[in-house]
Amino acid sequence: MAENHPVGFQWVMEARHKGAKVIHVDPRYTRTSAMADYWLPLRAGTDIIFLGALINYTLTHDRYFREYVVHYTNAPIILREDFRDTEDLGGIFSGWDKEKQAYSPETWLYEGAPSADSPSGEKAGHSQAGGGHGKDRGGEAGRLYKYNDDPTLQNPRCVFQVLKSHFARYTPELVERACGIPKEKFLQVADVFISASGPEKTGAICYAVGWTQHSKGPQIIRAAAILQLLLGNIGRPGGGILALRGHATIQGSTDIPTLYDILPGYLPMPFFGSDSQKLESYIKKHGSETGWWANFDRYIISLLKAWYGDAATQSNDFCFNYLPRVTGDHSHFGYWLDMADGKMEGLFVMGQNPGVGAPNAKLQRTALSKLKWLVVRDFVETETASFWKDSPEVQRGELNPKNIATEIFFLPASGHAEKDGSYTNTQRLVQFHEKAVDALGDNRSETWFVYHLGRRLKAKAAKEPTPRNAALNALTWDYNTHGKHGEPVVDEIDGEINGYRVENRTLVSGYRDLKNNGSTACGCWIYSGMMPAPDENKARKREPHGLYGHGWGYAWPSDRRILYNRASARPDGKPWSERKKLVWWDEEKKEWTGHDIPDFTKKKPPDHKPDKDARGDDALAGDKPFIMHPDGTGWIWVPSGLKDGPLPTHYEPLESISSNPLYPEVPVNPVAKKMERPDNPYAFEGGDARFPYILSTYRLTEHHTGGGMTRYLSHLAELQPELFAEISPELAAELDIQHGEYITISSARSAIEARALITARIKPLLVEGRNVHQVCVPYQFGYKGLVTGSVPNDLLAISEEPNVRIMETKALVCNVKRGRLPQGKAGLEVWKEEMRRPA
Amino acid sequence: MSTTAFLTDSTLCIGCKACEVACKEWNQISEDGYEWSGHSYDNTQAVGHSTWRHVKFVENPVEIGLGGNSGEQLPAWGFSSDVCKHCEVAGCLEACPTGAIVRMEFGAVFVQPDVCNGCSYCVVSCPFGVVQKNEEDGRAFKCTFCSDRQKAGLAPACAKACPTESIKFGNLEELRLEAQLRVKELEARGIHDAVVYDPLDTSVKGIHALFLLRGDPRSYNLPPHPEVPTTYMKKGWTSAAIAAGVMLGATLLAFLGERR
Repeated sequence: MAENHPVGFQWVMEARHKGAKVIHVDPRYTRTSAMADYWLPLRAGTDIIFLGALINYTLTHDRYFREYVVHYTNAPIILREDFRDTEDLGGIFSGWDKEKQAYSPETWLYEGAPSADSPSGEKAGHSQAGGGHGKDRGGEAGRLYKYNDDPTLQNPRCVFQVLKSHFARYTPELVERACGIPKEKFLQVADVFISASGPEKTGAICYAVGWTQHSKGPQIIRAAAILQLLLGNIGRPGGGILALRGHATIQGSTDIPTLYDILPGYLPMPFFGSDSQKLESYIKKHGSETGWWANFDRYIISLLKAWYGDAATQSNDFCFNYLPRVTGDHSHFGYWLDMADGKMEGLFVMGQNPGVGAPNAKLQRTALSKLKWLVVRDFVETETASFWKDSPEVQRGELNPKNIATEIFFLPASGHAEKDGSYTNTQRLVQFHEKAVDALGDNRSETWFVYHLGRRLKAKAAKEPTPRNAALNALTWDYNTHGKHGEPVVDEIDGEINGYRVENRTLVSGYRDLKNNGSTACGCWIYSGMMPAPDENKARKREPHGLYGHGWGYAWPSDRRILYNRASARPDGKPWSERKKLVWWDEEKKEWTGHDIPDFTKKKPPDHKPDKDARGDDALAGDKPFIMHPDGTGWIWVPSGLKDGPLPTHYEPLESISSNPLYPEVPVNPVAKKMERPDNPYAFEGGDARFPYILSTYRLTEHHTGGGMTRYLSHLAELQPELFAEISPELAAELDIQHGEYITISSARSAIEARALITARIKPLLVEGRNVHQVCVPYQFGYKGLVTGSVPNDLLAISEEPNVRIMETKALVCNVKRGRLPQGKAGLEVWKEEMRRPA
Repeated sequence: MSTTAFLTDSTLCIGCKACEVACKEWNQISEDGYEWSGHSYDNTQAVGHSTWRHVKFVENPVEIGLGGNSGEQLPAWGFSSDVCKHCEVAGCLEACPTGAIVRMEFGAVFVQPDVCNGCSYCVVSCPFGVVQKNEEDGRAFKCTFCSDRQKAGLAPACAKACPTESIKFGNLEELRLEAQLRVKELEARGIHDAVVYDPLDTSVKGIHALFLLRGDPRSYNLPPHPEVPTTYMKKGWTSAAIAAGVMLGATLLAFLGERR
């Protein structure tokens, strides 16, 4: 966190100043470790073993927060009799379809919850087309508000007991054996972390892409969620699981997404299936009868009204069928492989440099040569824009500029100081930033580019009113512009995102005002309330007050600084403790109040018991804080929505030096996709003699992602001017490598060269009785800019985790040799030689 | 009049180098060359004519990071942002023959670039090795204490950019007090080797850039007893005078002897 989020890290420093203990778990000793009370190096890719052991420790030592767990989580809920755990089936859950290599998730549902098959008969939860970003709003696969529970947690089929047996083998001994963390050290840290829970205390878990970029990334975070729910650390001040995002407004770009599988506000993109042909069936499929997602129809209809304006009417399903449909894997890797196979014509690359920043960068660059046209908008001519003339493939003779027909348009982009806009940070805090200087030369903002591109496309479509152009012709695209370049007025965009009444275009005051009859329009329901009046854009606010910074920016939803904060009070509405009070029930005024905006219906009393046929939010009792779930509980068990299981389970990385210590028969996540093909090959499973070391990539403070924003700036480039690889003194001695000399690192994909930075900050780990070496390489270098180096992402494989289709970058295998990698064709020969070694 | 100072608390430094970059941006200093040093993550290597703030990385196999990994021989990584000390008795200022180096109202020692003739006397006279001549340009450069910003009531760029308040800026006497309190606070948390670097009883007679460090200041390249070269001047002139006297006497004796 100190490495990649130094500004956010100031709060960790402040917490430490007040007595907080900092635990850092990372294969490398980093700038964060230097500030930590405990540093635990672990074998990359064994996080679920470590977290599972913490869960097991919490359960077996009765250290969980019982009252919180019983009332606020689904631990007491009873599961179906036909469910079988990985412990019963040797590494897979019940429902495995060997032929389809996928799960049928019915047996993961609560007992008594009917499966929610779609009107068209498609089995819920079975679609393989989409990603998981917007899946299962409110529980697609079941009516999860119907369940039986056992508040004593004794029923052998209740979530609590199943959890206990699932993690029973995740012991401190296993941690020592598989992660390489000594047992005593683990026990010491377990006690420190678990002690930070209960009515008087809380503990937080911060993670960054080190956790997400695995073939089981979401399940690692799930394991953290289970632990935090057991300890009562969610919805309370100082608790939580904090995702440290990789860019300035990555949160914003998932809220109002640049992803293929969701629409703004986490509404799923409709699929091609018959259950998404009509708005009604789409709403039935993704909406929920109980919990907050019962409002799903209001949000999608208001979104359609914002996009298609007057053209969207009740009689034409509010132009629902103008939305594109997901027909397959259109994620980055999905379409990039299509591109490599010549199935794509053109591509816009904006604010991204996949030529060095994406895994198997060699494949990424080579695929670009199959395009007819490529548009790159960036500050500088990145490797992605110039692959055709100066990439390693050209130097090695694998690509010949003469034969590349791709027409490339390079368009200069404005920097953040040259444009109005906003950032949404990891706290969901939207902060506006004003333009400081006029853009230089032909630089233009993204809003300018997208607005004027749309305007021109619309002008073209208006001349040809064919059915194909109907969506474009219906699209509202009427922002006012200002300045000599016709920059769209950003406040008008914010007003549309906030939402308005169609009748008189007055802004709504929040998402509770949105309707499902087409009388309101809203560009992104979770942001609704950010701009309740034309002269009041709350993202611009700069007057913080109180402990939680209200008055500075705007935290969606409704300026709540801590989500699910009803959980910060006891079931009866009183704070758990004076020290940790946040939101509580005011008995006199009969409403929720506190230091934060309550994330709960203001007038719903803590003893509210829903009527039998209550729907929506009314159907959730007064002690159910997790209002987005149809059952109002925090999910220790995920009954619906995940493709690889209701509980996290340890699987080895797709490329590993080791077999699975828990399930030898199931080495890797069975649902993960390797996308294995000649241009994306893998090392052999279970330990490949050619690649004896673990390879892990990371980022440096001094450079930003693929380096397009830093390697070209002298004041940053000089701080880390060359690619290096961090190796331990022990490995260096074994391979006779001197500090600072060049080494060649190879994987099943490619080979690169780097300077050897030999440091005691990298430690060999004792795993299964043998010394395991980890080789750590910052992935931010490329062949352009003031400082250059090999492209470490050439070493990585394209792979897809099953839920969100993220690649594995933190745990692969490699080999290391002394000496430089020859330039040109000879370099290719060196790699081929490596591949020919006995496996 | 009250004078200002830095207090660089290395126990709060996370090695992000924001101070280095903010300094270069504000003062429009060029890069230092793109040389990979191999010395931990430190590639600008030292304070010099084009690096006025510099973060040292002390990689040490023994415990040194704050609160870090106690009881074991684990790696530790210390960071500290070095800068011109703006000495009370400044060697550079005393040595400057052209009057290019002056004392500003906040206590800053400032090299006026339009007066400097590049003689480099200041370079050899700095007890901390801070001032350096830019060979291309011909003149000497160092930290200005952001005198331009201070005149406008702003904190120096490095202090402003520091995310963890490792670089504090304020009144010298107040920061002296704060540094002592901080040492006591660390003491209470079981960190017993924190020291304030403030060489008051040496010939530099105090500095405007205090440091709070753990362990021996020498591991951060800070001399325990910095001395201003001019302190040797009296001794030097006395020796010279004696030598001159002796030689004069000898010459006289020689002449006198000849007359006989």
